[in-house]
Amino acid sequence: MDNLLQIGNGEAVKRSAIPCVDIETFGAVLSGFVRNNGYIVQFFAYKQDGRNTLLAVVRNEKLYVTSCEVGATFPSLTGMVNEKFHLFEREIAEQYGIKPTAHPWLKMVRYHKNYQGSEDVFGNDYNEEIPGRYDYFRVEGEAIHEVAVGPVHAGIIEPGHFRFQCAGEEVLHLEIQLGYQHRGVEKLLPSVPQKRMPIICEAIAGDTAIGHNLCCCQALEALAGLAVDPGAKLVRTIALELERIANHLGDLGALSGDVAFNPPAAYFGRMRGDFLNLLQVLCGNRFGKGLVRPGGVAFVMGEEQRRLLSAKLDEITPEIEHVCDLLFSAHTVQARFEHTGTVSRQMAEDLGLVGYAGRACGIGYDARVVFPTECYAELPANTNAMTNGDVYSRATVRREEIMHSLSLIRLLLKKPDTTEEAVMMTENTLAGDSFVVTINEGWRGEVSHCVITKSDGSILRYKIKDPSFHNWTGLAMSLRNQEISDFPLCNKSYNLSYCGFDL
Amino acid sequence: MESLVSVTLALLLAPLFPGIINKTKAFIASKKGPPLLMKYYTLAKLFRKGSVYSTSSSYVFKLGPTVSFAAALMALLFIPLAGVEPVFAFHGDVIVLFYIMGIGRFFTIAAALDTASPFEGMGAAREAFFSTLAEATIFTVLILFFRMNGSLSFADYFHGDNPISLLGPAGSLLLLVIVAMFMVLLTENSRVPVDDPQTHLELTMIHEVMILDHSGPDLALIELGAFYKLFFYSAFLTHLIQPFSFSSSLVQGLVFYAVMAGVYVAVGITESVMARFKMNLVPKYILTSFTLVFFAAILTMGFVK
Repeated sequence: MDNLLQIGNGEAVKRSAIPCVDIETFGAVLSGFVRNNGYIVQFFAYKQDGRNTLLAVVRNEKLYVTSCEVGATFPSLTGMVNEKFHLFEREIAEQYGIKPTAHPWLKMVRYHKNYQGSEDVFGNDYNEEIPGRYDYFRVEGEAIHEVAVGPVHAGIIEPGHFRFQCAGEEVLHLEIQLGYQHRGVEKLLPSVPQKRMPIICEAIAGDTAIGHNLCCCQALEALAGLAVDPGAKLVRTIALELERIANHLGDLGALSGDVAFNPPAAYFGRMRGDFLNLLQVLCGNRFGKGLVRPGGVAFVMGEEQRRLLSAKLDEITPEIEHVCDLLFSAHTVQARFEHTGTVSRQMAEDLGLVGYAGRACGIGYDARVVFPTECYAELPANTNAMTNGDVYSRATVRREEIMHSLSLIRLLLKKPDTTEEAVMMTENTLAGDSFVVTINEGWRGEVSHCVITKSDGSILRYKIKDPSFHNWTGLAMSLRNQEISDFPLCNKSYNLSYCGFDL
Repeated sequence: MESLVSVTLALLLAPLFPGIINKTKAFIASKKGPPLLMKYYTLAKLFRKGSVYSTSSSYVFKLGPTVSFAAALMALLFIPLAGVEPVFAFHGDVIVLFYIMGIGRFFTIAAALDTASPFEGMGAAREAFFSTLAEATIFTVLILFFRMNGSLSFADYFHGDNPISLLGPAGSLLLLVIVAMFMVLLTENSRVPVDDPQTHLELTMIHEVMILDHSGPDLALIELGAFYKLFFYSAFLTHLIQPFSFSSSLVQGLVFYAVMAGVYVAVGITESVMARFKMNLVPKYILTSFTLVFFAAILTMGFVK
């Protein structure tokens, strides 16, 4: 592991300790690592002392970081080595105008001007509005027809454009174009006062408010040297699990609704509300906003909250089991879920799928187990048996995770630790010239934030990665040779974030 | 006169019955569901609105709703309702009627294609394919009825001196026809397990996707036409299910509408206990209904002479 520095999840290191190698070595190190069952956590560019720098955080069972200085171009690893680099390299090209040469599909990711005002790699005029201003991968032929869906959809969902190349009902290729929700979060965060950072991070993806904010707060804690007491860790862990349960339940209901099997859709919808209400019991907000703050939590969990949580869990657990049985034992539902939207394990490994999408294909990675934060080191891991990579597997993994999360919350509620006092947001002095990466298993999978500070402790670069960044390509591959009418079902089985991707 | 009153009653009642389906589904899902008269409110709302037309569509697009509505309306003029003779009856009216409904479908499809939307083209292709298969079932039923009753008119099938009835000599064969026609009812009226009338997912739709671009009164006509069509198929089934005739026409009418409500409840229950089929299984499903009636038709060759 030459030229790679082993780091810990949420531990600040000095920037000077990060290896800075030349571009050839950098490529060689990364390709060697990724070929040897390694995965990319973060891969981005930033500007340090007037020079463009590429930084990569990679993982196998441990976490490593490496970096290199780069000019206006660098050799792409996507086509040569592995697809895992694909979107990361396009993002680097878009954000810093550094061109990956010989990239097989060099196209903008989110459609915005690059951060340093250098020449645009894609030749786009960003004064024009985004819809329609991009080429698609096309399949030619007399029997081929193209279906364009979005960016405005039926129903209350986020905007994204889907371009299907079809032969009759069969989808040959799906290309997904996002970026309609780009808000410039990464650029915004270093420019705001610290007390606004958790609030902004809670809004990166509304359904992952806890997950993203936890990453942000852990990073700030590492840089400011703040300690979190065990009681606060307990509350944070419970909140993250409640978020997971609420979202999984909602999605199981939506999956049920998408195949027109109505009763579970209604029941699950109600139960999702129950879990959002439990988050409200914890912090007064149904999405857990305002709960996690650097140094602890902003709301103390007292006896009354514990009692409410326990009582609700006791009441609702058998109901969840019952409704899951209703959904998963219906033959017509099984007929829809099984062998639909299958991604092979090989494909999943090549793409680096994370979260339940990866676990449904047999990639066991769970950040709660491999890089535990908060209370996770002392909690049992989940195992999932169904790994066929189809909609049924993804739904089953979610079902198992719901039951697992329920048992985790019960274990946590038995612990006596309580928070001494609620923390308020304060301006902390961050360690200068430092680097920190935080990883948490949000409900969709691996959420990761990176913070790099300048010598005066102000933030030089804030990098965010939502698990959707890895998994959107998985959805596209799910649709290969599937019926186009199964797209909504496949889509819902992943339920990826648009705004988490668009940032 | 009595026929006209009966048809008028049917035209007024048709939007009520889909409310029964929704209430049944809501009940099974432990929900309150929309009010029973919801469809009337929707129609009233739509008729008050204006229609929006895309600049890329032509008169074909505007023709679609009117023709399909007219075709669905015709259906109720040919079938006996609540023990009353139909307005029109002649030898061969069954064939004319099903082809009139075919014309309605043709214009709906043409209007969908006229929008040049890839969604609507997909829906049109599905509708054309599936309804062609359903036609095989319908015409086999007509062949069977002709063998049983020797007539080609709805009035003779369900109203005349020798009606087709479960209590008749070949009544047991009707059980197969009832199952098959229920399957066709679900297919032709875009219900689960073939289509999902409640979905917002364009890519999975069959009928709904073809009418995405219609709005206001046009959409109201399409909706109303769909209610009539469902009413027609339910009435057809009701005649097969309910074998008794009562001397009092009031009782006859009440029983007719009660059984008919039962058919709608059955649709609601079906939609609650099963998911939709994968699109490529739908042809098999429709052909199953064909197999059932074809089997029944074969049986008539041996036993009923």
